[in-house]
Amino acid sequence: MKVLVPVKRVIDYNVKARVKSDQTGVDLANVKMSMNPFCEIAVEEAVRLKEKGVATEVVAVSVGPAQASETLRTALAMGADRAILVQTDQDLEPLAVAKVLKAIIGEESPDLVLMGKQAIDGDNNAVGQMLSAILDWPQATFASEITVAGGKAKVTREVDGGLQTLEVNLPAVVTADLRLNEPRYASLPNIMKAKKKELAVKELASLGADTAPRLKVVKVTEPPKRTAGIKVETAGDLVTNLKTAGVL
Amino acid sequence: MAVLVIADHDNATLKDNTHKVVTAAQAIGGDVDVLVAGAKVGDIAAAAAKIAGVRKVLTAESAELGQGIAEAVADLIVGLAGGYDAILTPATSQGKNFSPRVAAKLDVAQISDVTDVVSADTFTHPIYAGNAMETVQSGDAKKVLTVRPTAFKAAAEGGSAKVESVAAPGAPAKVHFVDQKIVKSARPDLGAAKIVVSGGRAMGSAEEFQKVIEPLADKLGAAVGASRAAVDAGYAPNDYQVGQTGKVVAPELYIAIGISGAIQHLAGMKDSKVIVAINKDGDAPIFQVADFGLVSDYKTAVPDLMAALTAAGK
Repeated sequence: MKVLVPVKRVIDYNVKARVKSDQTGVDLANVKMSMNPFCEIAVEEAVRLKEKGVATEVVAVSVGPAQASETLRTALAMGADRAILVQTDQDLEPLAVAKVLKAIIGEESPDLVLMGKQAIDGDNNAVGQMLSAILDWPQATFASEITVAGGKAKVTREVDGGLQTLEVNLPAVVTADLRLNEPRYASLPNIMKAKKKELAVKELASLGADTAPRLKVVKVTEPPKRTAGIKVETAGDLVTNLKTAGVL
Repeated sequence: MAVLVIADHDNATLKDNTHKVVTAAQAIGGDVDVLVAGAKVGDIAAAAAKIAGVRKVLTAESAELGQGIAEAVADLIVGLAGGYDAILTPATSQGKNFSPRVAAKLDVAQISDVTDVVSADTFTHPIYAGNAMETVQSGDAKKVLTVRPTAFKAAAEGGSAKVESVAAPGAPAKVHFVDQKIVKSARPDLGAAKIVVSGGRAMGSAEEFQKVIEPLADKLGAAVGASRAAVDAGYAPNDYQVGQTGKVVAPELYIAIGISGAIQHLAGMKDSKVIVAINKDGDAPIFQVADFGLVSDYKTAVPDLMAALTAAGK
């Protein structure tokens, strides 16, 4: 079974995003970038499937700038077998990313696409569902447990107020939630090995996917700022203040 | 111009999120219809018909719709989409599950987590976990949005819309429902609670977390949350996590106990109406966003707070 894992290079989750003063976007110059945390979870799960003998090959794919090859090297160091970079400097919308991934899937024919439920930059939480829709493959989002057997994946999903279990026929698209696993740190020997693994680079235009933007960014602004309030001396003062504020 | 709002319900009652998304729909303008899709939705539809300003309520019933199977719900909505210029869904786990499918099937963008309707084609939504607000103008013929309910006031009651049933799509062939375990907690859902009490790494153990945080939450009728540090340390279950990679909450009152206030955590709670921080380190970053700060060890502050609440009649 072949598993395809799309990964995204995003601002590191410990770095606070700062809005550019001209309101055109978020300033990413000289900011630490890392693999999106949910993508790490997806890579980890795919590698575990391989370690269990369920998956035979794990292919990581990223759609992004040349530097996204570093993110793919991280996936390779975690245990992916090879990687594909679809290189573009355009900031693609989720629908466009889904269409690019569909083109890659046409070439790779994976049995399972395992990906993060959302990237922590755009926070759209959309690509997996969109990919499933345009492929007409079943979807299981927000996975906290995955077992694969007999051409099916049994997926436990995080839903409002609890857990739901679905069984989907393969090929399918599964998106990873936080509880699925704790991703490993790549060991130094594995980082060295990853440098020798295959990383193919494709130009976006070569895939023929429609990536035209549908949205025009009008502006990007700072959220309303919170200011520090007052310090209270005792728990009794706190309760009095909360009553005055009308929240108790 | 007509807008379709997808109702939020649990197959028993209509959720207030629906009223809030109706308000967002009214800001877009035109006729507003509500779709109630589920297993048996008569009572829910009757409740939706009472929302002021709703033109009609559409109902569709099937086992798969009741199970919230994304393929079934999306097929139903796509089938109805011809009559609408915009399709609005509450940004719940369930809404986030099917709405992007609807957008992809219609070959349009989805705008996620909308917090402001600027005009019929221009919307604001948070990106980077709310550290930036992006305003986008859609060039698509149909707008597909998920709407963050906490950003809109609930539409009033007092309507009397007509209810019409529509045919449910056939069962999806490639996905099968196995089971569902909804946690029957006496506490409100973290995402919808009016008060949230959260604990951090300072608790030191899972036993201490339960002993300190949970009784306070129960006294206030609050949901329980935790910082990522507390979750990573195993003091609290993963679904308690408030933050960029956990749940984003915006309750009326958020009480952070023994939480230092990492960026990760602030991203998940800074839209709360009133924030209280209890921490023995007066320089902790959490105090920079707190309306009321109590610099004290939680070990004395929480029992004091419990006593003060009792004295205040809570």
